Amino acid sequence: MSDMPSGKPLVTDTNSSILDRAATAAAHATPEPLAKKVRGLSDRMVAWIFIAPTILLLLAINIFPLIWAIQLSFTNYRANRPNADIKNIGLQNYSRILGDADTWIAMQATAHFVFWTIALQTLIGFTLAYLIDRKFRGHAFWTTVILVPMMLSPAVVGNFWRFLYQPQIGLFTYIISFFTGIPPTEIEMLSNVSLAPWSIIIVDTWMWTPYVMLICLAGLRSIPDYIYEAAEVDRASPWRQFWSITLPMALPFIMLAVLFRGIENFKMFDMVNLLTGGGPGSTTEVASITLKREAFEKWRTGYSSAFAIILFVAVFGLANIYVKVLNKVKNR
Amino acid sequence: MKSLTKMTIGLASTLFASTAITSVAQAEDLTLCWAAWDPANALVELSKDFTTETGIGMKFEFVPWTNYADRFLNELNSKGKLCDLIIGDSQWIGGSAENGHYVKLNDFFDKEGIKMSDFVDATVVGYSEWPKNTPNYWSLPAFGDVVGWTYRKDWFEKPEIQAEFKEKYGRDLAPPATFAELKEIAEFFQKREIDGKTVYGASIYTERGSEGVTMGVMDVLYSYGFKYENPDKPYEMEGFVNSDKSVAGLEFYKSLYDCCTPPGASNSYMGEGIDAFKSGQVAMHMNFAFTWPGLHKDEAVGGDKVGFFANPAGPDGDKFAQLGGQGISVVAYSDKQDAALQYIKWFATTDVQKKWWSLGGFSCLKSVVEDPTFEASQPYAKTFLDSMAIVKDFWAEPSYASLLQASQKRFHDYVVAGQGTAKEALDSLVADWTEVFEDDGKM
Repeated sequence: MSDMPSGKPLVTDTNSSILDRAATAAAHATPEPLAKKVRGLSDRMVAWIFIAPTILLLLAINIFPLIWAIQLSFTNYRANRPNADIKNIGLQNYSRILGDADTWIAMQATAHFVFWTIALQTLIGFTLAYLIDRKFRGHAFWTTVILVPMMLSPAVVGNFWRFLYQPQIGLFTYIISFFTGIPPTEIEMLSNVSLAPWSIIIVDTWMWTPYVMLICLAGLRSIPDYIYEAAEVDRASPWRQFWSITLPMALPFIMLAVLFRGIENFKMFDMVNLLTGGGPGSTTEVASITLKREAFEKWRTGYSSAFAIILFVAVFGLANIYVKVLNKVKNR
Repeated sequence: MKSLTKMTIGLASTLFASTAITSVAQAEDLTLCWAAWDPANALVELSKDFTTETGIGMKFEFVPWTNYADRFLNELNSKGKLCDLIIGDSQWIGGSAENGHYVKLNDFFDKEGIKMSDFVDATVVGYSEWPKNTPNYWSLPAFGDVVGWTYRKDWFEKPEIQAEFKEKYGRDLAPPATFAELKEIAEFFQKREIDGKTVYGASIYTERGSEGVTMGVMDVLYSYGFKYENPDKPYEMEGFVNSDKSVAGLEFYKSLYDCCTPPGASNSYMGEGIDAFKSGQVAMHMNFAFTWPGLHKDEAVGGDKVGFFANPAGPDGDKFAQLGGQGISVVAYSDKQDAALQYIKWFATTDVQKKWWSLGGFSCLKSVVEDPTFEASQPYAKTFLDSMAIVKDFWAEPSYASLLQASQKRFHDYVVAGQGTAKEALDSLVADWTEVFEDDGKM
């Protein structure tokens, strides 16, 4: 209360008397020892009481498993052998993972997926945002329509697209066949080694471009109109306005969208699992699929913990570097 | 007033008694865990007799095949009490025995006079024994299964198709005796127009996620001369797994996939195979025998339209088939082991096994399958017997999951994705399997 500006009554006299009466009644009703205790709590203590449940949850759900996983990553522990001795094997899991050619194939598949989904989603998302930002008749309706894919569950989207890609009955293959003249039965999106990675990229782009669009739209709408008005006065062309005002001012938002999508797609699992299961062969086996196989199919718990730590460090490290760049761009 | 008091007391007693009986019955309810498939429905039907006879209620936990291993191995590894009885896959036997998940049944069998010699030998080795070929029993053979083939008998019998086939290959169109013949038939049907519809040669296993492509490839490799290890030196795989004969077998499987499967069949297992056959897409269909009763009953492709044949022979005349099926075990973490053992005792009786077969379950009891009337009891009964006589199974080691995932990767990479050669795939498989056994301290 000491921070309150003096000389300005907070409440009217009538209210004050009511509050005073209530406070007095509460004070009398509160047992003396408890009242003393409550009165003795500092602001910091009250803050701790409020955030303690969250911190406890974080410790239980995030921090403890992370520490446990780090510990397991140095062992040969297998969850399917509860009675077997657990040996400490030092860095052996890490050296095996990093020396395994299959790890790098999975990393390549992940990088290919992340790069192309981000490139396409940013390009299409920003273009859509730019178009939606030009207020036209029914733009609110079209914005809602565009957002529909990202509102769907990845499980639904995965199954839905699996049918669309079906060579004999799939709508997607029939459309491609209509335009290219290639028989639909020869368009094997999920079975063909060259097409399968792109089939996943197409679905992810279809689903998540609206998300990128939303963030870009927020960026575009945050640019004050007077800047464009000043540019008009200076007779800057629309093209010049785009390159000198729109893009630089929306860039932090675009970069934020790239960061979110990058992190999400680096750990992409559900859609790939539903569409191709990592196949054909290992063509679309992204790192999270490999991790799942090691952890829950081969039951190499120690090994898969090390794999998870490597992925965590990679995502965390890259995201940190990226955030530093993002801050620089924002401060320009 | 007196009568009212008596009536009240009587009602209260009845209520108390019925509540108590219900509680006892519920306490004794057994939960049986298995895969969600047609035979599971037959088992539900069959088990009603057990409840009638013993008063013990039965609950069931069925999980689709794609999650069956993940779900139940997780349950066993976490020492869960969900399942009192489990019908676990044949390959789980090593791990489940060594990790103490299953109750050892030897003493129980001796006490109840249940003899393993009464069951088909291959199923005893495949589903019950660990270590293999030793008299240590962890399961009662419950459901015999094996990979075999169904074919469109009505298409094979069409005079114009028969004539064209004979002209092209110089022999009658009939179920193949060798894999070479099977491929010829598949090629003959591939993209052929029948009844105004384009059809394809064969549906084979290509699934990547669980065990599909391995079950399919192995089904062919055995007959080509593949061996898991040196018969004289366990775990020595070099020259056996990747022998020239094995390479030829794997090359054959790839050629069959490339030439004669329906479009998009790159991730096909039991369900996809059934769909392909039922929708009239394929002339032949590789699948486990459990699918046969359902296909025989199917209105579109069943009855006289479907035929069955056992795995054909390889180039040297060897003839083997991949074992499927499962044994029923008592879960070591169950609090109701006595009742669970009672169920196994009941399930092992001849009458129950006969009814099991009549409901669609594939009995493993010799007195059922060797009965003179058995072969004629169903159109697929003889093929089942012929197939069960030639079975081989995948590794059943405690590390079977790692061994299986290695073969899934190597086979799918080669057969479906076309990466590398068959020799490279099998060499890599030897390296993977060697690493697993070295980790286990067996090499």
